[in-house]
Amino acid sequence: MNSFDSSNGEEMSIDSAAQTNSLASVASAHTAARQPGNAPMGSGLEARGIHAWFGKHHALENVSLDFASGTVTALIGPSGCGKSTFIRTLNRMHEFIPSAAMAGEVLLDGKDIYSKGTDVTKIRLQIGMVFQKPNPFPSMTIGENVLSGLKLAQLKMSNKEDLMQECLERAGLWNEVKDRLGAHAGGLSGGQQQRLCIARALAVKPKVLLMDEPCSALDPGSTLRIEDTIGQLAQTMTIIIVTHNMQQAARVSDYTAFFLSEGGPGNMIEVGPTNEMFSRPRDQRTENYVSGRFG
Amino acid sequence: MTLETPVVVEPQRPWKATPRELAPTGYLLLASAFASWAVVAATPMKGKLAYAFLFFVFGTASLSINKGRKLGRSAAVDSIAGSVAMTGAFLVFLPVASILFTTIQKGVKGLHWTLFSQTMFTASYSDPISKGGLLHALVGTLYLILISVIVSVPMGILTALYLTEIKGPGSNFIQFIVQAMSGVPSVVAGLFIFASIIVTTPVKASAIAGAFALSILMIPTVTRTAQEVLLLVPMDLREAGQALGATQWKTVATIVVPAARNGLITATILGVARIAGETAPLLFTIGGSDKLNWNPFKDYQGALPFYVWKGLLLGTPESIQRAWTGILVLLILVLVLFILARTLGGRKMKSK
Repeated sequence: MNSFDSSNGEEMSIDSAAQTNSLASVASAHTAARQPGNAPMGSGLEARGIHAWFGKHHALENVSLDFASGTVTALIGPSGCGKSTFIRTLNRMHEFIPSAAMAGEVLLDGKDIYSKGTDVTKIRLQIGMVFQKPNPFPSMTIGENVLSGLKLAQLKMSNKEDLMQECLERAGLWNEVKDRLGAHAGGLSGGQQQRLCIARALAVKPKVLLMDEPCSALDPGSTLRIEDTIGQLAQTMTIIIVTHNMQQAARVSDYTAFFLSEGGPGNMIEVGPTNEMFSRPRDQRTENYVSGRFG
Repeated sequence: MTLETPVVVEPQRPWKATPRELAPTGYLLLASAFASWAVVAATPMKGKLAYAFLFFVFGTASLSINKGRKLGRSAAVDSIAGSVAMTGAFLVFLPVASILFTTIQKGVKGLHWTLFSQTMFTASYSDPISKGGLLHALVGTLYLILISVIVSVPMGILTALYLTEIKGPGSNFIQFIVQAMSGVPSVVAGLFIFASIIVTTPVKASAIAGAFALSILMIPTVTRTAQEVLLLVPMDLREAGQALGATQWKTVATIVVPAARNGLITATILGVARIAGETAPLLFTIGGSDKLNWNPFKDYQGALPFYVWKGLLLGTPESIQRAWTGILVLLILVLVLFILARTLGGRKMKSK
């Protein structure tokens, strides 16, 4: 009787703790759900001493981060702190901007993707990307969009139909589009278009998937579906996601890195397991940010 | 709960003016017309232009005052701006309509079937219009347009791709050259081909020489329009393509160009429109034959603008009639080509 009471009281206290710091509890529940014992696939990515410039403007300063294979890492921080710039250095999209420059190394399975003689198209094939704004190819049908990566990278694939279905299923879109694969992608809703872009990124079988605020233009329902998708994809690949939504970071990620620019170039302030970052961050600025005191 | 009788809701447009609300505008315009007539009758101002000008002034002022009394000063200004814009649009429409109307009115009298089966080889321009035809000129113009398209469209689009996609060395200089080229007087293009090709190489005056001269005019038009269209393709799509591991060429060929497809067809059409009626570049370059010539690479060739020019130059009633009919045929030909380009170009997109 007594013990029952006390256990009840304990439950109460856990409940109230969860309420005061619900983000941390969501995060820990999520991490507990995914067994670290499941040997993950995908490849590890390691950023060492990354700097980035746009012309004279120093946008990112000395960021070093390890992304273990099969994990989801969320990059959070206020606008203009260099998260997107950082993620774009990871698959060499940064160099599209004419005035851009960078320093540092990005190691994919131990090899620097910026070393001389590296074929940049092969790098991007292994490190896929989903953008902030859904950008399906307007001149192609839904089916063609999914398989466009194969065409673009000139890959040979025997049973394209199966691959198309697999990718659409993994992106959580198959049931909605299976009867209209020949329709133009422009007719899909924003959320569907974004899942189509995820399916398109999956078709070339990347080892790492970069997502730059993939849900920022979407409604809550589509956001949830994409978060589900991320959870499933993490079993086979390494995922790095930029997000402004801290609940989302807490829901989907294993690790969280906090970026901040204090007037000067953006810095990575702190990185750690997501539940720790949200419950007991080491840095006061992280604490302020995750508790919503600024940003 | 009571059963309500279902109310049938009719679709309505409450923002549309009712005839009753439009009536004052009509009255004011009528009054303006009457006032302009009265002023022309009472003052030394005379002529059609005076009517038009006074009607514009009275109409704009009265409509604006009417609006201003009901809705205030900003509505009055809005009304003036609306009247001015409408007048501008009408002034643009007027010459186009006038050209079309005059051409059809004068040209249609000379239309007959032998026009498309005979040439001027055995007839003279001052013969009755039923004798001879313009088959040679029609064939010549088709050859000229075809060869110019084959030369200019790939060159123009590739140049545009270099300037918008590759942005390689010399882009600024090439951009400058393209702009300068679009200002070249057309007769200079003809003279250039005459001096550089016809005088110095075995290629003599023929359809291909004429097409080269026309290409000098067409390439900058196609390039500049294609550039505008390619710039409209969102940067996201290029990034998406490259993020999938595509080379730049693959991205351009499979994503950017198909996305800009309709606009590139427009660029081609504008290019053809630029050259189809050009006469000056042909003066030195095609020879202006009256004989049917199926070989575009050799011997003198005729062309519709050339046929028109010859007819006008001779000045007899029959030859001038031929000129009008030639213009009408040229207009119809260009219209048919545009419709063909639009339907052939648009078909693939629609059927999916």
